[in-house]
Amino acid sequence: MNDILTIILVLIGAPIIGCLASGIDRKITARLQGRVGPPLLQPYYDVKKLLSKDNMVVNPSQNFYVVVYLAFIILSLFMLVFKQDFLMIIFVYTVASVALVVGGMSTGSPYARIGSSREIMAILSYEPVLILYALAIYLLTGTFKLSALLDASSPLLMYTPLIFIAMIVVLNIKLKKSPFDYSTSHHGHQELIKGMTTEYGGPGFATIEIAHFYEYVFLTGLIFLFWASTPVIGVLIGIIAYLLVIVIDNITARVYWQWMLKLSWTILLVISLVNIAYLYVSGVKLV
Amino acid sequence: MSLAKSPWIIHVNCNSCNGCDIEVVACLTPLYDAERFGVLNIGTPKQADIMVVTGSVNYKNVNVLKNIYNQIPDPKVVLAVGACASTGGIFHDCYNVIGGVDQVIPVDAYVPGCCPRPEAILDGVVAALSILENKKKGNIKGKEVKLKGNEVPSNA
Ligand code: SF4
Repeated sequence: MNDILTIILVLIGAPIIGCLASGIDRKITARLQGRVGPPLLQPYYDVKKLLSKDNMVVNPSQNFYVVVYLAFIILSLFMLVFKQDFLMIIFVYTVASVALVVGGMSTGSPYARIGSSREIMAILSYEPVLILYALAIYLLTGTFKLSALLDASSPLLMYTPLIFIAMIVVLNIKLKKSPFDYSTSHHGHQELIKGMTTEYGGPGFATIEIAHFYEYVFLTGLIFLFWASTPVIGVLIGIIAYLLVIVIDNITARVYWQWMLKLSWTILLVISLVNIAYLYVSGVKLV
Repeated sequence: MSLAKSPWIIHVNCNSCNGCDIEVVACLTPLYDAERFGVLNIGTPKQADIMVVTGSVNYKNVNVLKNIYNQIPDPKVVLAVGACASTGGIFHDCYNVIGGVDQVIPVDAYVPGCCPRPEAILDGVVAALSILENKKKGNIKGKEVKLKGNEVPSNA
């Protein structure tokens, strides 16, 4: 009974939080540029409008891929909320990302194709860091199960500060914020139009937006895990990380994918590995 | 109401002299800040509601214009910005110019001027919004415009 209540709460609550987060993002971005900016509920109006429009697709399978994307994002969020196996969560989440890539590829539009292949590069660059994050959790608690983190004696962040820094950058890549916003641009009149999502319109595009709302919550949830033993501080860290991402978004320009791959496969991977090596050598255990 | 709160525009440059284009872009700058009304300049017709056309139509770009128009999902409105898009403007008697945008696709609102000020363009967008809402209510669909092969000037 309790589980069903949680499921309903997550199903309804997550998109509301995600929608507000997205609205806050647009508001802060506008303020940083000296503008008034759209109302806080603008993302909600956008989705509502998109749902009321005609659905135009290049081929029918596009609709299938967005539904897979939405379903697997929601599934990974549920697995996070129910404290399942962290390694499994990463795999489920990857399936979601790949569904969007395949959806973009299936249209045959050059913009969607370039966006999709760039997104593959992004997946390639953040995935190792996520795996190392899972490894750190394993080393500290002796299991991939997230439930162990809740009764840990001290927070994860104390022993994994370098992985935390790497995860902030991963958050930046995953939310497709500048300087890593090159697979879809948030301003649709740039060189890539809308990247992977160029050929989606109406309800199809609305589905992607709703999936993004869930994704916002899921990704800040990954940051939350760093201080999961005291949920209040965990949520606070998640919010701070999100605000940091918005600020980084506004003060940087887009980079080449080569640059991002170099950054993540050298600096991020190395600092994560140093952290892992420290955990391995010192042999600390949280439970 | 939802349509009026988030009008996404697609900006089509049909042979404009760039004067009108710059004014459309100026709408997005912090001074005019069209985003506070939810206006986004979106690059793809599949996600647009309002088609903002600048410049006159000629025999080279007529099919491009029709093609973009057909790709916008209903309900949609067309806004002709500038003298050129409304009537052909100073280019109206050039041998390759067909004329205003309404010669080719149905236009719902006109913004006069050469070039119109950003305030006027925003006014035009707001005027287009009420038409958009009416179309939504009456379930009026834009009609599919047929592409022709090689259109040749009638006076050629
Ligand atoms: S109306 Fe004037 S400013 Fe606009 S495209 Fe025509 S000539 Fe240029």
